[in-house]
Amino acid sequence: MNLRSDLKIIQNWVPANSQVLDLGCGQGELLSFLKEQKQCKTYGLEINADSIVSCIEKGINVIEHNLNDGLQHFNDDSVDTVIMTQALQAVNRPDRLLDEMLRVGKEAIITFPNFGYWRTRLFLLHKGGMPMSKTLPYAWYDTPNIHLCTFHDFENLCREKKLTIRERTVVNKNHQESLAIRLWPNLLGEIAIYRVSR
Amino acid sequence: MPQSIPADSVGIITPQLVTFEQPLQLRSGKTLASYQLVYESYGTLNHEKSNAILICHALSGDHHAAGFHHQDDKKPGWWDACIGPGKVIDTNKFFVLCLNNLGGCHGSSGPTTLNPDTQKPYGSDFPMVRVRDWVESQARLADYLGIAKFAAVIGGSLGGMQALRWSIQYPERLHYAVVIASAPKLSAQNIAFNEVARNAIMKDPEFHDGHYLEKGVIPKTGLMQARMLAHLTYLSDGGLGEKFGRAMKNQEVNYDYTPEFQIESYLHYQGEKFSTSFDANTYLLMTKALDYFDPAQYTDHDLTQCLSVAQCKFLVISFTTDWRFSPQRSEEIVDALIAADKDVSYARIESEKGHDAFLIPIPRYIKLFSAYMSRITQELNL
Repeated sequence: MNLRSDLKIIQNWVPANSQVLDLGCGQGELLSFLKEQKQCKTYGLEINADSIVSCIEKGINVIEHNLNDGLQHFNDDSVDTVIMTQALQAVNRPDRLLDEMLRVGKEAIITFPNFGYWRTRLFLLHKGGMPMSKTLPYAWYDTPNIHLCTFHDFENLCREKKLTIRERTVVNKNHQESLAIRLWPNLLGEIAIYRVSR
Repeated sequence: MPQSIPADSVGIITPQLVTFEQPLQLRSGKTLASYQLVYESYGTLNHEKSNAILICHALSGDHHAAGFHHQDDKKPGWWDACIGPGKVIDTNKFFVLCLNNLGGCHGSSGPTTLNPDTQKPYGSDFPMVRVRDWVESQARLADYLGIAKFAAVIGGSLGGMQALRWSIQYPERLHYAVVIASAPKLSAQNIAFNEVARNAIMKDPEFHDGHYLEKGVIPKTGLMQARMLAHLTYLSDGGLGEKFGRAMKNQEVNYDYTPEFQIESYLHYQGEKFSTSFDANTYLLMTKALDYFDPAQYTDHDLTQCLSVAQCKFLVISFTTDWRFSPQRSEEIVDALIAADKDVSYARIESEKGHDAFLIPIPRYIKLFSAYMSRITQELNL
């Protein structure tokens, strides 16, 4: 099974036979992998009609749900890991959703684009307009990314909420790590993958 | 009449009648010494008898779910949109079974059939049956046909309640349950609507304590009122607006109380049609079965615990403008299934059609439902 490169990193952090909830599970690639290769018990939340059908075709448990409504389908501490890839910046209240993720799960794995990436900073500095790139392809008025943040911002939020960042991998847009990114993550990293717990 | 039977129809179907002599102990404490069930089947039961699907009908449904009885029938069975060769419930792959529930008025034992003790129609003497009694009688029909385990039990509305009940009553006898536009129990508002309907029937001068057939009459007006009200609750404000708006039969108002708006004529037509094709006692009995349905009452009103015995996988579907059994009611089932660690998928389909949407081939609904049914054939190697 050929997993997207960021999902490969994430799946390493998910223990076999554990319970996983994927927020915005898309077509169920990650859950399918975790179910078949790691025998995880999985649920995915999704809002896109075609993605829901794809999940059903794969035999993935998928629940139609808007993440802005919280995670009320799930009881406290009912899963081991709650995963959310590239959706934190698109919800109404990322801070509340983060609370919800750690209410339901023992651990949360979160990925989001870094607004502190040097090209983004340069875009704003030079062009004086809201940055657009391959990772952030939308215009300011129709972007689903309504709460963009930098790694610093996210880590500050975790600190405020007294959350433990257990692991962090910062990568470029092809999900590759490098020494330079490790040295200056908030400047050179495009996407971060965090592993967070209470 | 259909010019010719469509290629994706199951064709001309002959209902089958089975008599059961083994007494059926009902939840109410009463016993049916013997009874008959009428059913239809579509497709072929495979050698292993592993491809059977049970379709459970809703309040006013019957065993005629697909195809035609006669070449000159105007309309096919009630779920013909979903059952047939190449359709969602593909009769090239599945053996599809649908029966008229006990207490019905379309051939199975019920208020309109003869009471063997008196040789008169049962009328209101037909014992009240509950959803669990239906499941029991359906299981006996499965035994009769040699079906040990259904590939799936599928139903909408009251039919969905039967599918849910199957999953806890005979957990080892189904692989999948598809619960559409349903609820784990009725709300006060639901029960209230049923009571208004029952009251209309029982206050009809021709009701005669439910023994109207002996007198050669029917409580037509009452049943018509009941249906007009219920029918409205199956539709949405938006859907009605779209279909009728304020359109009138004539340009000028009449200043009298005969139907003037199109919606009025439509309701009268629906009520009239129903009042001559359905039995009032059956209507009373079915609404009571709905009111009483509450499987979690046996587990201290904990639906999660109630569903914890289920072994099948679930698909739950709701419709956005369904206010009879709103999406929230389906989500109660979904939440309990998740909490009980069951395999469940859920979709909330956008539709203007209210509760009745479950009978309508809405493209998104059909696509999703088909994907699930294909998955069943794959997982069960059918």
